[in-house]
Amino acid sequence: MTPYLEITDLQVEFPTQDGTVRAVQGLSYALPLGRTLAIVGESGSGKSVSSMAVMGLHDPRSTRITGSIKVGGKEIVGMSERNLMAFRGADASMIFQDPQSSLHPYFTIGDQIMESYRAHHRVSRKTAKARAIEMLDRVGIPNPGRRVDQYPHEFSGGMRQRAMIAMALVNDPKLLIADEPTTALDVTVQAQILDLIADLQRDFGSAVVFITHDLGVVAEIADDVLVMYAGNAVEHGPVKQILGTPLHPYTWGLLESIPAVSGTPGPLHPIPGSPPSLLAVPNGCAFHPRCEFRDRVADGLCGEKLPDLVARTADPDRLSRCHLTGPDRIFETDILPRLP
Amino acid sequence: MSTPLLELDDVTMHFRIKGDGLFSRGTNKVRAVDGVSLTLQPGETLGLVGESGCGKSTTARLITRLLEPTSGKINFDGTDIAHLSERQLRPFRRQIQLIFQDPYSSLNPRHTVGTIVGTALRTHDMVPKSGELKRVQELLEMVGLNPEHYNRYPHEFSGGQRQRIGIARALAARPKVIVADEPVSALDVSIQAQVMNLLENLRSELGIAFVFIAHDLGVVRHFCDRVAVMYLGRVVEEGPRDALYEQPHHPYTQALLSAVPDIGVVRGVPPRERIRLVGDVPSPVNPPSGCRFRTRCWKVQDICATAEPELAIPALVRPPAVPESPATAVTPDAVSASVPEPAAAMSGQLTACHFAAPPVAPVVAQPA
Ligand SMILES: Nc1ncnc2c1ncn2[C@@H]1O[C@H](COP(=O)(O)OP(=O)(O)OP(=O)(O)O)[C@@H](O)[C@H]1O
Ligand SMILES: Nc1ncnc2c1ncn2[C@@H]1O[C@H](COP(=O)(O)OP(=O)(O)OP(=O)(O)O)[C@@H](O)[C@H]1O
Ligand SMILES: [Mg+2]
Ligand SMILES: [Mg+2]
Repeated sequence: MTPYLEITDLQVEFPTQDGTVRAVQGLSYALPLGRTLAIVGESGSGKSVSSMAVMGLHDPRSTRITGSIKVGGKEIVGMSERNLMAFRGADASMIFQDPQSSLHPYFTIGDQIMESYRAHHRVSRKTAKARAIEMLDRVGIPNPGRRVDQYPHEFSGGMRQRAMIAMALVNDPKLLIADEPTTALDVTVQAQILDLIADLQRDFGSAVVFITHDLGVVAEIADDVLVMYAGNAVEHGPVKQILGTPLHPYTWGLLESIPAVSGTPGPLHPIPGSPPSLLAVPNGCAFHPRCEFRDRVADGLCGEKLPDLVARTADPDRLSRCHLTGPDRIFETDILPRLP
Repeated sequence: MSTPLLELDDVTMHFRIKGDGLFSRGTNKVRAVDGVSLTLQPGETLGLVGESGCGKSTTARLITRLLEPTSGKINFDGTDIAHLSERQLRPFRRQIQLIFQDPYSSLNPRHTVGTIVGTALRTHDMVPKSGELKRVQELLEMVGLNPEHYNRYPHEFSGGQRQRIGIARALAARPKVIVADEPVSALDVSIQAQVMNLLENLRSELGIAFVFIAHDLGVVRHFCDRVAVMYLGRVVEEGPRDALYEQPHHPYTQALLSAVPDIGVVRGVPPRERIRLVGDVPSPVNPPSGCRFRTRCWKVQDICATAEPELAIPALVRPPAVPESPATAVTPDAVSASVPEPAAAMSGQLTACHFAAPPVAPVVAQPA
């Protein structure tokens, strides 16, 4: 399948007083229509920065972007703001963690959805309003004809997040990027939003990028997972393989850190140490100073050579950036049922 | 049972708001917290969970007396602090500390870590001026930060380290209770695990009691001795951790636990049976009569609209009497006439539901 989103060797850098922050360092991945990719990884690993680059949201005056981002064949890197305006909302949309900050408090929900729609369609206010009501209905807001005239503060947290999704989808974008859309919500509302995104994706056949810290959510909604560490992908492939039998010690470390909802609670096992500074990323594998398994690799290779992100098993779909081979990398973990 | 350290007795917090102009004029009340009773023993950890907007943060701000309740008592160590003046509160402020969800916005970006923690020491007159530096360094060490970080600014730290600074600031006052409002929600799972282990140590080494608010039910289960479930301003179920997770009696608790995403599916565990709640939480301005959950409940009967169920040990209802459909409805008289359920009576698990009963199949799978 030809990918709808294709990122090749993306670098995003922020020149600052202290030096250059290398937030994304050579990221490549592709996503076809109809699939959901979950991006997980340490705080500050570049999940949001790379996704904002896809939407062309970085200020070109303070950001250095190289590499290529193709969405539906169009190159986003270097695209003019004028073309980006036409692209955003119509081809691709993004929803953020905090709907409060993305909805304007002084305009009704309906006005905000209508504005998104009319930015890309030459239609009357009346037609746009009918479309807004249709979208609110589509995302499961009861009484949409009345709700359309209400203000954000009259909506509950879950309803605001749904209104955001309605706004993001009003132009039938082929690519939806959701950056932690359910982190602030309780699990029952979260389940509703996840169902909603899955339904809409089925109906519209869009490609979805879903950023989250919750590996349970990833397990339930994603087709593929991309694990990021220090500005790059360390593991990428189908969700069952990547979370079920991780090949990279960082992915394993994430699994080890989760408190289970059943079983006997015991001490948690966080990954030792702290994430590296993006001003001075370690040589070799960026994770090696914290890696419990580096001694299994000969000749201190981990500290010298950055492993490539390539297929390291018979399965060509799963990619890993780790020098460990063969029997050295079975990482059992208490959070999952035992392997047979 | 020993006397509780903290006791909320029928506490309400009603915010006055302007009418929305559409349906009403004049002022309305948001019943953010509407008759909440809770207890906390010294050194105990109480989890507070529930729907977004059900009043958890408001409860946290009441306990720490950042808000004055509309009515009700807040007993701390034998004194009702609900309506004390700022001056009268002074000796209590120190003992009840709040940590926030967002480590970024709760720390002054222009102050060094030393100043942030030192200010907390000074506010509460904890140490003489000469001992301040040493005590700050001790506190930084206690939360796993390098004492040499004294002169650094918050932006020079990672999210997890910033949360540690917030915790060090709370510890400066040597509190008896820490109210933690979503302290790990913004952190990735590895940093979350570091902070959770730190809180666990503080609890076992310093004997601090916690009120712990979170959406992640795995985190709550990990940390809390007891858990209270809130819905629309009220506590609907409360009990010891294991009883509540294994035998939730309130339909809302059952729905909540069934909605926890399960990572086991990646190794072929069949996904858990989901209870899908339909519709939205009603507005806290106009909560439903009787049981507030009735508008979304699959067990709903006429009585639910007329009588508000009390938070109590549920009566023993024989399985066929559970109203799976209206045809098999139980009358409220039949329920109240029956005996208390022995397991709930033993564990002290309280449920506010006319038809409280354990789920047919355990909601959370037992370890093999
Ligand atoms: N405008 C900017 N100037 C300088 N550094 C920046 C800027 N924007 C982001 N960064 C840095 O880039 C890195 C990547 O940030 P990003 O927001 O992508 O992280 P993330 O993976 O989304 O983390 P989280 O899980 O905490 O949301 C961080 O170290 C961040 O501090
Ligand atoms: N100052 C205020 N004025 C008016 N209404 C308020 C005020 N503070 C809170 N509320 C309302 O009270 C209710 C309870 O809010 P609260 O923040 O306690 O919920 P919560 O359980 O912490 O939710 P979340 O899980 O989303 O953090 C909400 O409906 C909220 O909108
Ligand atoms: Mg982010
Ligand atoms: Mg809150």
